[in-house]
Amino acid sequence: MFKKILYDFKNGLWRENPIIVLVIGMCPTLAVTNTVQNGLAMGIATSFVLLSSEIVISLFKKFIPNNVRIPSFILIIATFVTFTDFFLKAFFPDIASSLSLFIPLIVVNCLILGRQEAFASKNPTRRAIADALGMGIGFTWVLVLLSAVRELLGMGSIFGLTILGSWYQPMVIMILPAGAFISLGVLVGFMNVLKRRGN
Amino acid sequence: MEELRVVILVFISTVLINNFILVKFLGICPFLGVSKQVETAFSMGMATTFVMTLTAAATWLINTYILEYFNLPFLRYVSFIIVIASLVQFVEMFIKKSSPVLYKALGIYLPLITTNCAILGLALLIPLNGYNFITSVVFGLGAGIGFTLAIVLMAGLRETLEFGDVPESLKGVPITLILAGIMAMAFMGFSGLISI
Repeated sequence: MFKKILYDFKNGLWRENPIIVLVIGMCPTLAVTNTVQNGLAMGIATSFVLLSSEIVISLFKKFIPNNVRIPSFILIIATFVTFTDFFLKAFFPDIASSLSLFIPLIVVNCLILGRQEAFASKNPTRRAIADALGMGIGFTWVLVLLSAVRELLGMGSIFGLTILGSWYQPMVIMILPAGAFISLGVLVGFMNVLKRRGN
Repeated sequence: MEELRVVILVFISTVLINNFILVKFLGICPFLGVSKQVETAFSMGMATTFVMTLTAAATWLINTYILEYFNLPFLRYVSFIIVIASLVQFVEMFIKKSSPVLYKALGIYLPLITTNCAILGLALLIPLNGYNFITSVVFGLGAGIGFTLAIVLMAGLRETLEFGDVPESLKGVPITLILAGIMAMAFMGFSGLISI
């Protein structure tokens, strides 16, 4: 019992990591990872929506008719996203304005809808919670790693603190769109190398 | 005349300068998933353009005459996603009836347009930018054409790459992302093309 839950939790961290293995939820991954603060905030917001909607859907799975399950899932997700958006706007206006469009776009993040369809609608609530936590943390750590690399190379700082001194010439391309694509490509390639070594 | 000038500038700027895929990171999933062949990529682009133009018109009307009139901003995300889902359903039924050949060619990609974040992003950007009705429709059309341009270019590159010697670990998604990065760099050349 406990082993099964631990297995579900660890699943999202590495073996089925949403970004580097399943390659879903790419839009926020590329768009908001220009600073560590944005990456972390996006990861937490997405994890919150994922966790709350997995709980609600796994509780109500017997009452949702099979034919209209996708629209029902989207409505439940949209409710939690609206809640998150208003919360961030009220308490963290800086973060809300720098993430701007990508908070509402959590509604159409394939990661969230995909987990409802593949996991929450078929499993009991406690396993759904473990799955949501694992996937959420798995999503967040890749975002933080990617944004740390981009912020360090692009601005010579992490979390706004200068790490590399004045001798460092920032590679501005890393915080521009082109740098996002290239650094994520190199990261996924690097993870593939690690996976091949492991086998 | 002034109106026309703004409309033309919005069109050029959404197609080239603020390209939805390469600059705004909207619609990356189909960009990575459906860019293996030029033909399917083009069909996908056309279907998305069609839905985008209709979405721009429909959400502008709903936002202006219902949400803003009754002061219901908290219903925006929920109502937009319902409009988009029903629009995609409608387009699917229409294409199935009028052109079964096209319907077969698009296959699974058609219903998936609902969860393409470029569509919802477009719907949310319109009230943010404060466009009027005509500009919104042109904005939707331009976003769709920009999407088609990027996905078709990428499909062409990937078809050629089939014969290339790519390192084993970079095959598939990683090399596509790196290619997209180089394309984004090329598109940076368009910035400063026009100023509004």
